Amino acid sequence: MIPYPFKYKRATSVADAETSLKDSPDTKLLAGGQTLIAAMKMRLASPSELIDISHLKELSYIRVSNDAVVIGAATTHFEVADSPDVIKRIPALAHLASIIGDPAVRHKGTLGGSVANNDPAADYPAAVLGLNATIKTNRRAIAADEFFTGMFSTALSSEEIISEVSFPIPKRASYKKFPNPASRYAMAGVFVAQTNSGVRVAVTGAGPCVFRVTAMETALSQSFSAGALEGIIIGADGLNSDIHGSAEYRAHLVGVMARRAVATAAA
Amino acid sequence: MAVVSMTVNGKAVSAEAEDRTLLVYFLREQLRLTGTHIGCDTSQCGACVVHVDGKAVKSCSMFAVQAEGAKVTTIEGLAKDGKLHPVQEAFRDNHGLQCGFCTPGMIMTAVDLIRRKPVLDRETIRHELEGNICRCTGYHNIVSSIEDAAKRMSGATR
Repeated sequence: MIPYPFKYKRATSVADAETSLKDSPDTKLLAGGQTLIAAMKMRLASPSELIDISHLKELSYIRVSNDAVVIGAATTHFEVADSPDVIKRIPALAHLASIIGDPAVRHKGTLGGSVANNDPAADYPAAVLGLNATIKTNRRAIAADEFFTGMFSTALSSEEIISEVSFPIPKRASYKKFPNPASRYAMAGVFVAQTNSGVRVAVTGAGPCVFRVTAMETALSQSFSAGALEGIIIGADGLNSDIHGSAEYRAHLVGVMARRAVATAAA
Repeated sequence: MAVVSMTVNGKAVSAEAEDRTLLVYFLREQLRLTGTHIGCDTSQCGACVVHVDGKAVKSCSMFAVQAEGAKVTTIEGLAKDGKLHPVQEAFRDNHGLQCGFCTPGMIMTAVDLIRRKPVLDRETIRHELEGNICRCTGYHNIVSSIEDAAKRMSGATR
């Protein structure tokens, strides 16, 4: 498993990485590489140049304010899962980070990389959308509802670099996923959050892109309990179907994971 | 090709590598450290786990150039002065391996785990081994080996 040839460059700063992106249209940013390198090994991706931003200290931090947890893009899953600040302020987010992939993946994989890649079965997009987070780049701030635009696609332009994600602190939240037993990617993962601006339910793994379930949000706004979700049917139309599970199976899983998440958050 | 330099098992090393050379090939083919294994094509098996700057990572999922200047430890670097590392000892004593192919990755993962969590229960060990696949043992004795090693390393008697 050897990727096509490419040129490697270690960026010295975000500004340096931005310049490199402008110079070459077929360039990709390399953060943790836990998805990108696997895709390059399979020759599904073949960038001409990789700009390594994983070493940049300016992108690796966790800051807490009164109403938000702000995490630098190059912060690893392990650092988020292990952070006393995140565990205290948004335990559901720390838990989500602690069950991404496996320990070796969590030591390398980053928040910014996961969000920018927007894999249909990645965990972080569920937290970003479920908590109504804001993605900050070198150009602008993007609301979660505008960020995830489709399978492996986002609102990011080719010269944009995520600098941080700001997660508003919810009243309560929980994330439950049914992992694929081999890859640990979500067959279906549901992030439920009760926030100051209402209840949000975000689903990953089940469809081509993370999505919200408004019927569940409405029901949970009236009564934040697993029972409130009884009778809400998730349609299988448009959901993922593969050797691991049919669209109908995933639709069913969404309901089960949602009820478990609410039960945990409400406990 | 560029020359890549790093410290491997305490020794400064330099060797030529293409930018696309994965760390695992650099270790195995340039440095002839063949204890680090390649068990899959999909980054799922964990046979290639090594430590880079003290953290367990899959050497099949990073390029050698990314480890420029880093401190790398492989399975060959664990024994000191002809004496096995306590985790290696525990795997031997608890029959924690059969064919042995996954063992280097299992042990490197276990050493990292015990560093992070010196006190371990079996459920935690099983969760932490999610990235390491074994096709022989059914994991039972691997879990026992790690449990035993953690106890030995904390100074407790068996």
